[in-house]
Amino acid sequence: MGRGGSRASPAAAAPPWHALPDEVWEHAFSFLPADSDRGAAAASCRSWLRAERRSRRRLAVANCYAASPQDAVDRFPAVRAVEVKGKPHFADFGLVPPAWGAAAAPWVAAAADGWPLLEELSFKRMVVTDDCLEMIAASFRNFQVLRLVSCEGFSTSGLGAIASGCRNLRELDLQENEIEDCSIHWLNLFPESFTSLVTLNFSCLEGDVNITVLDRLVTRCHNLKTLKLNNAIPLDKLANLLRKAPQIVELGTGRFSADYHPDLFLKLESAFAGCKSLRRLSGAWDAVPEYLPAFYCVCEGLTSLNLSYATVRGPELIKFIGRCKNLQLLWVMDLIEDRGLAVVASSCNKLQELRVFPSAPFDAAEQVSLTERGLVDVSASCPMLESVLYFCRRMTNEALITIAKNRPNFTCFRLCIIEPHTPDYITHQPLDAGFSAIVESCKGLRRLSVSGLLTDNVFKSIGAHADRLEMLSIAFAGNSDLGLHYILSGCKSLKKLEIRDCPFGDKPLLANAAKLETMRSLWMSSCSLTLGACRQLARKMPRLSVEVMNDPRRACPLDSLTDESPVETIYVYRTIAGPRSDTPACVQIV
Amino acid sequence: MGDAAADREGSKAALRNWMGEPRRSSGGQDQDDEEKALQLSLGLPGGGGGGGGGAAAGWRAPARDKDKHAAVDTSMLSLGYSAAAFSPCSSSPGQAKGSPAAAAENALASTNNASQTRSPNTPVIGWPPVRTFRRNLATSSKVSLEHQNGKKAAKSEETTQRAPFVKINMDGIPIGRKIDLNALDSYDKLSLTVDRLFRGLLAAQQEPIVSGTKECRQEEVEISGLLDGTGEYTLVYEDYEGDRVLVGDVPWGMFVSSVKRLRVLKTSDLSSSLTASGRKRTVAEC
Repeated sequence: MGRGGSRASPAAAAPPWHALPDEVWEHAFSFLPADSDRGAAAASCRSWLRAERRSRRRLAVANCYAASPQDAVDRFPAVRAVEVKGKPHFADFGLVPPAWGAAAAPWVAAAADGWPLLEELSFKRMVVTDDCLEMIAASFRNFQVLRLVSCEGFSTSGLGAIASGCRNLRELDLQENEIEDCSIHWLNLFPESFTSLVTLNFSCLEGDVNITVLDRLVTRCHNLKTLKLNNAIPLDKLANLLRKAPQIVELGTGRFSADYHPDLFLKLESAFAGCKSLRRLSGAWDAVPEYLPAFYCVCEGLTSLNLSYATVRGPELIKFIGRCKNLQLLWVMDLIEDRGLAVVASSCNKLQELRVFPSAPFDAAEQVSLTERGLVDVSASCPMLESVLYFCRRMTNEALITIAKNRPNFTCFRLCIIEPHTPDYITHQPLDAGFSAIVESCKGLRRLSVSGLLTDNVFKSIGAHADRLEMLSIAFAGNSDLGLHYILSGCKSLKKLEIRDCPFGDKPLLANAAKLETMRSLWMSSCSLTLGACRQLARKMPRLSVEVMNDPRRACPLDSLTDESPVETIYVYRTIAGPRSDTPACVQIV
Repeated sequence: MGDAAADREGSKAALRNWMGEPRRSSGGQDQDDEEKALQLSLGLPGGGGGGGGGAAAGWRAPARDKDKHAAVDTSMLSLGYSAAAFSPCSSSPGQAKGSPAAAAENALASTNNASQTRSPNTPVIGWPPVRTFRRNLATSSKVSLEHQNGKKAAKSEETTQRAPFVKINMDGIPIGRKIDLNALDSYDKLSLTVDRLFRGLLAAQQEPIVSGTKECRQEEVEISGLLDGTGEYTLVYEDYEGDRVLVGDVPWGMFVSSVKRLRVLKTSDLSSSLTASGRKRTVAEC
């Protein structure tokens, strides 16, 4: 903003922006939505820092231990929406000890105290107790949005508190949480006068829901746009619900299986025909092919289709997806097979994101004909494709090179070849050349997961070319310390690095210790680290928190261990709050 | 089947029907075995499978039990114990061999990359990177696939369609665990498993970390007397009618087919409420 120029001008003609009152700046900053822009602005001078901090409405904390809740409240007193994330990403796959931490309670308590006007709260991978939910319901008078993703520790009784206490709730979005079912009719606790709901997602909830109550709720919330049911809701109730909410934009169906009855089919078909605004569809648990044609009338309008819970396969599935010509996002199981993806390639040319999940991740004998072919086809025909998560059992360098050439616009490329150390199945070479091609041609790549047989060469290439890469996941790869060294000394924009079962040791970690302070976090498990290196790292970089996790049964005080002791897992992150005090016995901070 | 579930009364009747029978899968024996192979670990999903009742209690628990898979051994090896490692890639050409330092690093690596020698068929914790959520799904999907493939769905299908793991929570511990009852065959084994699942958590819960003063292999208190009311905790379950019932009253098979969720309650809390109301206490009341 011409800062340099204004500084150069004589003091008499003081640049107007110095004299401007903070209120003006606060207003100006309201036009800066991106956190990174606001951060940059705040770093430029004291008055901007002041104005920015007072005007910040949204706050995202990517690691709940990076700053204390009280610091956050003190620095940003006017926040209305907060998002806090807890456990490391590998927690999704059971690699983080269950009692690791990430309690939401301190954040809720600080917010209740410091942000009484809070409207939105999101927690991801955190332990949210019923007490937290009760406190949320009781503390914020204009609370509107609660989003819990991959959280645990609460029950339907906590949800009941939210339902009865948050009179202005717009969104209740529960994604993949572990929720205990207390068999209370929590939906019933939404007051009869309550009509503000726009999003209701309880798809992860196990256990029954009172349909009559749900029906009434859906009927009176005229602005309901997103409704995601759990798989306890039977198919024959869906049609009724849909008739009450024809304005729906996003639908997660419940269980999509029933014995075939022509009347039920017709009822469903006509209910879907009434949903002219339906754009996003998910759920379809246990979908049976007989009922899929009931969706046909909405296919044309769909931009997002998540069938990753639907175990349907074969021609019916392919026919259905082939009709969805406007899809931007498609999640499916590998049951779609190569021939299904060929149809996706020819039909869905607006596709931006594709995820293919394994239907039998532990069963190599389960023959699903999904190979590199499907991904090559889609990459060739879908020019807007930029994000891929693909589980398969076979891959070749040639395919990866073709994919890279086809789609240099990838921002997210996650390929999981299910069996570790699988080479190119034709040439039996490591897949280094293929993944190198991806990073060389996709200049905007921000997220990458590599798999298959890989040597240090691929990391040399990633370090040198993946300048915008922010998150990298590595498993069963590399052959020496050099691999890690290449990554840490390259990859200019790296924020998160997660590594498991790789022969990476102390040297590259210590040699690149300063890099870790520019990153958000590093996870390494089953690598070749020693406690001595962790100690050195912690000494060298006081602003890093170095957590060591060993098997709970073998946990003993670190002081009693020598520097040579192997370390099973480390999790390193930068923090301004100092070491946390809530570690369980199996986690120790060096 | 959807119809049955639709009608609360109807589904209750259906439940009663199969409650008396031992749980059978609609698929053949093969499928049973496959599912068992997938499910035996009671630890977090993917923890190597052991014998029946060989419950993996911790997040990395299999390492503790001696009879575990080779996967565990190799993962221990990868901690730095050297192994006669065969690595297909350490011999591949084109590595940075230029400098002596690099060569030394390679040499070091070849002793350390035992993780690469892991036999291809042993399960690895957390791999492939599929969420817990989907793991259950993958298991149950087989059933519905076979259903679609034309196999006649038996009446008992409903039992196989539910998630193979049952949730278990313990008073005072915010984090639940999951347990695979099919991997157990008696109340005694269940009791042992509960102890294994929660002993560490309970210890962690009770003493906030005092890492300096703690002894190596600190003693954790065994959770015992779960079934006869003599211990500090008592095991109860919620059945498919939503009622909370003491574990141990009915034959094992009937218990397995009617249990929906388990809970470890403080015996002291339990006795007062049980004596207060003469009948089964429903969960809604607590």
